[in-house]
This record gives sequence, structure tokens and C-alpha cells, in this order.
Amino acid sequence: MKGSGLRIYAIAYLIFLYAPILLLPIFAFNSGTIIAFPLKGFTADWFMQMLANETLRRAFLNSLIIALSSAIFATCLGIFAARASTRFDFPAKTGIMGLIMLPLVLPEIIVAMSLLVVLLAIGVQLSIFTVILGHTLICLPYTIAILSTAFNSLDKSLEEAAYDLGETKWSAFRLVILPLVMPGIISALLMSFTISLDEFIIAFFLAGNEPTLPTYIFSQLRFPKSIPVIMALGTVLVVMSILLLTVAEYFRRRGVARTGGQDHGGFL
Amino acid sequence: MNDTIKVAAPATPARKPKAATRYAELQASKPMIECREVHKYYGDYHALRGIDLTIREGEFFSLLGPSGCGKTTLLRTIAGFEGINSGVVLIDDKDMAAVPANKRPTNMVFQSYAIFPHLTVAENVAFGLRRDPRSKAEKAAAVDEALKMVGLAGYGKRAAHALSGGQRQRVALARALILKPKVLLLDEPLSALDRKMREQMQVELIKLQRQVGITFVLVTHDQEEALVMSDRIAVMFEGQIAQLDYPEALYSRPVSRRVADFIGVMNFLPVTILSEDADTIRVDVEGLGEIDLPHSQVAAKGADDEQPMIGFRPEAMNIFPEGQPQTAPRQNGAVIDEVVYYGDMTYYDARLDEADGTLSAPVRISMRNVFGRDIPDVGTRATVGWSPSSLILFR
Repeated sequence: MKGSGLRIYAIAYLIFLYAPILLLPIFAFNSGTIIAFPLKGFTADWFMQMLANETLRRAFLNSLIIALSSAIFATCLGIFAARASTRFDFPAKTGIMGLIMLPLVLPEIIVAMSLLVVLLAIGVQLSIFTVILGHTLICLPYTIAILSTAFNSLDKSLEEAAYDLGETKWSAFRLVILPLVMPGIISALLMSFTISLDEFIIAFFLAGNEPTLPTYIFSQLRFPKSIPVIMALGTVLVVMSILLLTVAEYFRRRGVARTGGQDHGGFL
Repeated sequence: MNDTIKVAAPATPARKPKAATRYAELQASKPMIECREVHKYYGDYHALRGIDLTIREGEFFSLLGPSGCGKTTLLRTIAGFEGINSGVVLIDDKDMAAVPANKRPTNMVFQSYAIFPHLTVAENVAFGLRRDPRSKAEKAAAVDEALKMVGLAGYGKRAAHALSGGQRQRVALARALILKPKVLLLDEPLSALDRKMREQMQVELIKLQRQVGITFVLVTHDQEEALVMSDRIAVMFEGQIAQLDYPEALYSRPVSRRVADFIGVMNFLPVTILSEDADTIRVDVEGLGEIDLPHSQVAAKGADDEQPMIGFRPEAMNIFPEGQPQTAPRQNGAVIDEVVYYGDMTYYDARLDEADGTLSAPVRISMRNVFGRDIPDVGTRATVGWSPSSLILFR
């Protein structure tokens, strides 16, 4: 059969990608404490333990706060930067944008270390706030990349038309530009939320004594008996991710349909 | 100041302007837009080089020129999107220097139409009424009326992004006209439409303009569009107005070779000037022989290079198979090089007999096709008939 080699490759590829993730729920509901086949029996105990674990709850809450805050900060700053770079010309624009985008290619460990040194030097107490700062920094290039595309795809005359029709520059932006780049803003929020939620290195360096989900999971891997709980936690995170992605895709498609653009694919 | 900027009043147009009564009325109406010595620079680039013009209330005025000639810059200057470096722009006798675009009594129809894709048709049209103190019902009635005016009655609830190009254009018109501006600015409004739609919209735009009586300023690079729609046309090259005239005068009496070349097709044949007196100039034209031309047939600004030229339009000559009787005052033998058939018209490329037995440079002649009359063949000999009164001397 023509192309059967490629088909087998595609299937193998998908198995390699998703089989490990499928194992998460399987072992999360397995009553044995050892992560190995054969499975012993069905149990929801690990989920109960997970809910009862106060450190884990705290780590989860911390991660949520950090991810939400850095997503909002990075997206707001991203809106300013993307708007400025797509709409205006100013001296040293390329250089400035290059510097803002640099964390994208800078090794995170370097960013984390230098941030730690600076924060300690100026005497800032390590807390989830310092993690938010770090995460905002590394999320910013992603939000700018997404939002620049959104701003660039807009016809410049739209804003001029609104201005010409009697609006001020600000109300023209609010009434015309903002609604049209909203899908981009939502994408940027989700992207930075996800990046922040599973970011380990910066959180590990800058969180002080506060646990975040990734640092908590890492710390628990040393104790074999807590691994099933981690599996349960992983299951919850996977379900959450799928839900989030579905919501994001729904809004993205609605945005495309509303503005009559061609659907150039998205997350799904 | 460059002397090519000042444009004399049309020197006795060869034909009367179309709707002469309309233009007489317009001349009596007050100036709506006045530009005086307007200069605009982009960095080192001198985009507008001393524009002087007066556009009258109720006039359909066109800025015509090739891309990069400054016509769009001039329009955006009037709209207030671009500042000027020196000079004055007056709209309705008020200096616009300190008035931003959103406070000017102008509205613009953009080349891309700039329809807000996230709003419905009615929301688009009502966009400029946001600060209007009228009640909701009154505004809705105004929107309905505006949509009716542009032929989109009942389209209010549709999503703007689902409209065709022609419909978007109409929404853009309704959105601008609902504010009853003193001046409507149109930036190449028809360039995105297909030919048929464009011709239809040209007629509709004229009707609409007559109906609302608002001053229209149109920017276009399409000379045909400008000729069809405008009361007057300013032809622009390199940031200057080369000629400002009625369409008929522009076509039949271009002031320079460059304008002649830009508007329609113009044949050029080199001439030798033999003698000149108070009434006429005697010239020897390649292919046409010796002719006496009155001074009224000399273009104001002449040729752009040294060689004097005679110019004439393709329809200024007739062409028939050799031997057929003709009534034209002057006749020449010619050889047909090319025949291009357009259905209603045929274009011929022909070379005229010279006195010494050689042939002239090719000229293009157009003839309306008549049923039952044969179209001369390529390679055959023909007789070309013409009249000295249709020639223009560029020197």
C-alpha cells in the first residue's frame, strides 16, 4: 500500500507522544503503590490523599496565583510592546525589541541565576512575588510574538476610520482595535499561564520556601510511596489542560468567525 | 516657487464643459477647500511641493496621478491625518492647522473601506453617531435612511464581514455620509472592485453626490474614472499640480506632453517649426506635411524635451481602405501594421507616407465599427483622413 511506511511512522509517533500521558490516569486509579504492571485494583484513594495533603494544596494555590499574575502582567506589557512595535517608528526600535525578545533564547538557568543574584543583592525577600517577576520576564517574548501577529493583521485604516468618524485616539483603540485583537490577547494569556504553571527552574531559584507545583512534584519524587499521589495530580492537570485548550479554541474560532477571517488553524 | 505649479484658467476649452450650466453654478458657489502653498516633507522627501487649489462647494473634484505623485498625501492632508510643513489648508473658510482629523468637517472612504468587521452593518453605519445627542430611535431612523440612500435597505442586521466588495463600499459611504460632512474624501474607492462593478459604482457615486450635494474629493490613478465622474480634475506629478481643468479640456487640450500621455492615448509625431507670425505657426509634421496652426492649438507648457511634437488622439483620424472616398479636409496614404478588434471599436497601428517615399513612425487610430463596413486588413494600404483643428503642438 502506498504511504504505509509513513502511516506506521505517524502512528508510532503518536504512541510515543501520548502513551506516557495515558499511563498517568491508569496508575492514578491503581491501588498498588508500585508503578508497574500488572495492575492491582481500582481505587480513588490517591485522589483523596492528594486533596488532604496541605503542602500540595498550598503548592497548587501558589502556582495558580503565580501563573495568573504573570499571565496578566506579561499580556498587558505585551500589548504595549506589540502595539508600539507594529504601529510606531522610534529610534533604536529593532535593538529594543531584540532585547525584549532575548529571554526567548537565553538559557533559563542563566536568567534564574542572574535574577537571584540581583534580588539578593538589593535585598528583596524571596517569595511568590519574585517568581511572578521572573515568570513575567520569560513569558513576555511569547505574548509579544502572539500579539504582534494580531496587531499586524489589522488594517491600519480601521483605526483611522474610527478616528475620522469622531472618536478620540483612545476610544478608537478601545472600540475597534481591542475587540479585534481579543483572540490574540486570550491566546497570549493562556500561553503565558501554561508556561508559568509548569516552569521549574525560575520557581526553584526564586520561590524561597514557598512550594510551587513543579518544585513540589520534584521534591516528592524521592519518596516512592508518594508517587501514586503525583500520578493523581498529573491526571488532574491533564484534564485541566484539555479543558483550558478547548475553551481557548472555542473563543479563537468564535473570534475568527465574528471577524470573517479565514481560519488558519489554531490549537486544535 | 516652481513655475509649473500655477495653473492658468483653462485656455478656451476646445469643447464646452459637460453640463455647462452645472459648472456655471459651481463657479458661483463658495470655496469649500482652499490649499495655499502647501508643502509636505517626509524626512528629506518633498511629497507636496506648493499645492494651490480651490475646490468649490458641491463640486466633484478628482486628484489624478500615477502612484507616488502625492495625491493621497494631499487627500490625507485635507482629512487631517497628515500635518503640513508650510502653507494653509482652509475648509469652509476655517484654518485647519490646529484642527485634528476627528474634529474636521470631513469624512473619508478608505481604499480598503475599513469596515469594522466585528460589528453589524447598522453598527458600522451608526459608529460616528456615538456622540450624537439624538435618541436611539432617531439614530436608528438615520441609519435606515443612510442605508436606503446607498441601496442597502434591510441589510442593517447583517454581519459586516459577510458583505461583498461592492456592499462594503456602500456601507463605507453610508457610514461617512450619515454624519453629513461638508466634504467627503474618497481614497481610490473603486480600485478593489471588478470592472463591471466599478462602472456601476461610478454612475451611482455621481448620482449620490448630486443627491446629497456634498463636496466630493476623489483620489484615483485611473484617468477614465476621473474623466467619468469629475467636475474638475487636478493632474498631479511629483507633488505638483500639472494641470487643473474640466475633464473635456484635460482630454482635448492637455497643457504638456506628460499630461497628454497620462490621460488616454496620444499620438506624437516630431515636427519642424518653419515660421511663426502673430496668428499662426507653420510646421512641417512627419507624415502629415506642412500645416498652419493657430496659437490656440499650442500647449501651454509644451514638450518636456527639446524636440517639438504634434499630438493627436486616436479618434482624431479616420482610416479607410485605399480608394474609398472620404470627406476629411486632409488625407494621407498609409500602411496598416496592426489591427486590434474590440467589438465596438477597432484600433489600427498605421504608418503614414512621407514625401520622400519612406514611412512615418507608427500612429494609433481608432474607428467605431459600423455594421456592413469592412475592417481594413493588416499589411494593406489605407487612406487616413484628418483635420488640422484636432492637432496640438507641444514645443
